[in-house]
Amino acid sequence: MKTNFLMFHTITRIVSFIVLSFSIYLFFAGHNAPGGGFIGGLMMAGALILLYVSFDIDKIKKVIPFDYTTIIGWGLLIAILTGLNSLLFGDAFLTQYFEYYQVPIMGEVELTTALPFDLGIYMVVVAVALLTILSIAEDVS
Amino acid sequence: MNNIVLLPVLIPFIAGTLLILFRNYPKAQRVASAVVVLILLISAVHLLYTVYQGGILTIELGNWSAPFGIVLVADLFSTLMVLLTAIVGVTCLFFAFQTLAKEREKFFFYPFYFFLLTGVNGSFLTGDLFNLFVFFEVMLISSFILIVFGGSKYQLRESYKYVVINIFASGLFLIAIAYIYSLTGTLNMAHIAVQIAELEQQGVVNVAAILLLIVFSIKGGLFPLYFWLPNSYFGPPAAIAALFGGLLTKVGIYAIIRSFTLIFVHDISFTHNIILMVAGLTMFFGVLGAVAQFDFKRILSFHIISQVGYMVMGLGLFTPLALAGAIYYIAHHIVVKAALFLFAGATQKITGTTDLKKMSGLLKTHPALAWLFFIAAVSLAGIPPLSGFFSKFALILSGVEEGRYLIVAVALLVGILTLFSMMKIFIYVFWGAPSLQKQDYAHIKLMPLLMPIIPLIVLTISMGLFAEPIFVFSETVANQLLDPSIYIDSVLGE
Repeated sequence: MKTNFLMFHTITRIVSFIVLSFSIYLFFAGHNAPGGGFIGGLMMAGALILLYVSFDIDKIKKVIPFDYTTIIGWGLLIAILTGLNSLLFGDAFLTQYFEYYQVPIMGEVELTTALPFDLGIYMVVVAVALLTILSIAEDVS
Repeated sequence: MNNIVLLPVLIPFIAGTLLILFRNYPKAQRVASAVVVLILLISAVHLLYTVYQGGILTIELGNWSAPFGIVLVADLFSTLMVLLTAIVGVTCLFFAFQTLAKEREKFFFYPFYFFLLTGVNGSFLTGDLFNLFVFFEVMLISSFILIVFGGSKYQLRESYKYVVINIFASGLFLIAIAYIYSLTGTLNMAHIAVQIAELEQQGVVNVAAILLLIVFSIKGGLFPLYFWLPNSYFGPPAAIAALFGGLLTKVGIYAIIRSFTLIFVHDISFTHNIILMVAGLTMFFGVLGAVAQFDFKRILSFHIISQVGYMVMGLGLFTPLALAGAIYYIAHHIVVKAALFLFAGATQKITGTTDLKKMSGLLKTHPALAWLFFIAAVSLAGIPPLSGFFSKFALILSGVEEGRYLIVAVALLVGILTLFSMMKIFIYVFWGAPSLQKQDYAHIKLMPLLMPIIPLIVLTISMGLFAEPIFVFSETVANQLLDPSIYIDSVLGE
């Protein structure tokens, strides 16, 4: 008997889109308001796992052909380099810099070195969560 | 800014991260990790030299000032530990090149090796109690992975226990930190010390102190919480076992010494007497375990326990001489214990077993291995003129001066039993008729196996021959530890 996942698939498409965009919102809201790389990353991992569950692991692997192990490495590297950046200016490790800029349409925008740091964390969290769950799921007993 | 304090933490961290990306190139990984670990050694020497010349260095991460932000503090004790870590790190890595199975290298051995060093160095250098917890976790998670490395059935069973015990200990650690935070309102160790001094250490503060002692005792393998140690250190390959045996328990001991010389120093008759009692029991039961065993690695693991007792004994006596002896002992122990575990690995490679009863006669076939092992073994047992003798001598002398004859008697008895069990290894493994045929071991070259161990042996001999300057150095370290105000002033400013 072939089961029909039409409802599940349709809702997943909509919900995962909402969750993914909220995860990006949280990522940018971080470091001043509640949010940040960790929580945003977890949320993105949640959305992606929803996709993996409702469609198939093999099918989603074709859509997202990234190697999560490499992403962990790059994420860590980005985070460390942001910290090291401050050494160039003779400050302590992990010192953060920020400045406000006027950008057309968006108005005043804060640019800060906390953002790339958070990006590193974001990548690590997404990749670790997915890697853990997928390697358990793929384990053939 | 004193960013050089960060180097021992950052170098292995960056190296580990980069090695994740290059995991499919085993050769490049070997070369890169060898280079990095040597750089780490140089930076550790440089840091120790700088601190010895110029006094305590601190760095406030992210420019957040002291009681609020996280500080890293490099005083003599912590930098000495960092240097020892680097030495053991170098030798174990080079030994791993010789002994580790090729297929295992691909499973992130080198990244986690470096993350482990990151955690260990971070734990030594941090000046913040919660940060200490974080670095403990970095170290433990890496050790969880390294200890199951290879994934044999025995390893999986024992490392499961290891993981459970350590997670339980981490939970307790977190509770103890919360306890201290609610008492003092701060996590900076120097600031906690100031606050505890004002609170007068009694009642609930002592509860927090003992809770921390229990946590660090689990990590450090003190009586009665050492039961996990011998079995879990038996499993992994020798290079990893040497790294663990040399370093991991000493992180717990470092944390005990740090917290009971800096923070909880106002009720010595209570806390330090408990520590002294625990030290005696640890020594005694650890060595009894060693005497009862007939396996190379297990005997060494039980010896870790009994010798951890000596270090804590120095803290329990709490005199400058005893503490200097304890510091000397830690340095001696890390070097010798790593060497002995590597010898166990080398004999295992040659004979294919760690069971003493199945080996014999290696003295005839591998004399170099036998005599180098002999030096390490008698050094561990405390025979002059090797490093083990002088450190034990200081501890026992201080015990006699303080009139603590019971602990002195225990320490002497344990010394004899240590000698007995080391000689047991020597007799079983190296004496007797050779059990191996020429063709069994001819293909295994001995020199590459011994090369990483020889520096450690040279170190233990020279630590014995140059005991005078090294002991003066240990006394400087001990005096710095016994005057918490130096540490506090350099962290919090005048």
